[in-house]
Amino acid sequence: MNLVLLGTQNPDAPLYVAQNVAFGIIAAMMIFSAFRVVTSANVVHAAAYLVMVLAGAAAQFILLGAEFVAITQVLVYIGAIVVLFLFGIMLTRAPMAGEENPSRDNWLLGGLTALVLLALLTYTLLDGFGGDRLPADLAPTDTGAVSDAIFGTYLIPFEAISLLLLAAAVGAIVVSRRD
Amino acid sequence: MLLNQFLLLAAVLFCIGVYGVISRRNGVLVLMSIELILNSVNINLVAFAVMTNAISGQVFALFVIAVAAAEVGVGLAMVLMVYRNRRSIALDELSEMKG
Repeated sequence: MNLVLLGTQNPDAPLYVAQNVAFGIIAAMMIFSAFRVVTSANVVHAAAYLVMVLAGAAAQFILLGAEFVAITQVLVYIGAIVVLFLFGIMLTRAPMAGEENPSRDNWLLGGLTALVLLALLTYTLLDGFGGDRLPADLAPTDTGAVSDAIFGTYLIPFEAISLLLLAAAVGAIVVSRRD
Repeated sequence: MLLNQFLLLAAVLFCIGVYGVISRRNGVLVLMSIELILNSVNINLVAFAVMTNAISGQVFALFVIAVAAAEVGVGLAMVLMVYRNRRSIALDELSEMKG
């Protein structure tokens, strides 16, 4: 709790113009690309826009100083998960020219739900966190500290994640086996 | 930088992902929308980790990335089986258990 109060009591912190401008540009690009992921008729276009969103997220992590998470995001998300998606698109014979109607009949209800959820979240965030500022002395996180946490405090969740990945790999093979 | 700008960005991405999950016909596109939701959660986690100077937020974000990879693997395997059995992955047509 004290750390949170420390983080908010820096009214004379320097105005980080470059970081704010970079954040604004990357956030605008991410929101536009995310919107195109959920509205484009062509599945391959949607995958390309998803890569833009994931790359933008990695850039936001670097802005926050979380360098290891940013590199892991690029390696695992863009490098493996998007490749998995592209293989899935290829194997399910997605029409290359785009589908006729990419959205289901309840798209209006879905849009309404998303808007109401957005209004609720925005109000809660503005009310709860107001003008809290990030610490003025934002430095890149020490990767050694991240590894100390993973292999020290969070060793058991780490081993559980390893088992989960093994189970997912074996399970995917068993589920899609031809016999 | 305000904390809220990262949290609001994550909220907008989350809501766009929710819209995608509800209203996309293609199974692969629903999985992509779930990835949008998971990424918004990751931005939230890392922003709070930086705000409260706790490393556990970043460690949790790494675990979320690993779980997302596992989930996409199994999810795409299931989409593949649906395609193999029905020649289409339009979610509208998967209604055999309906009433």
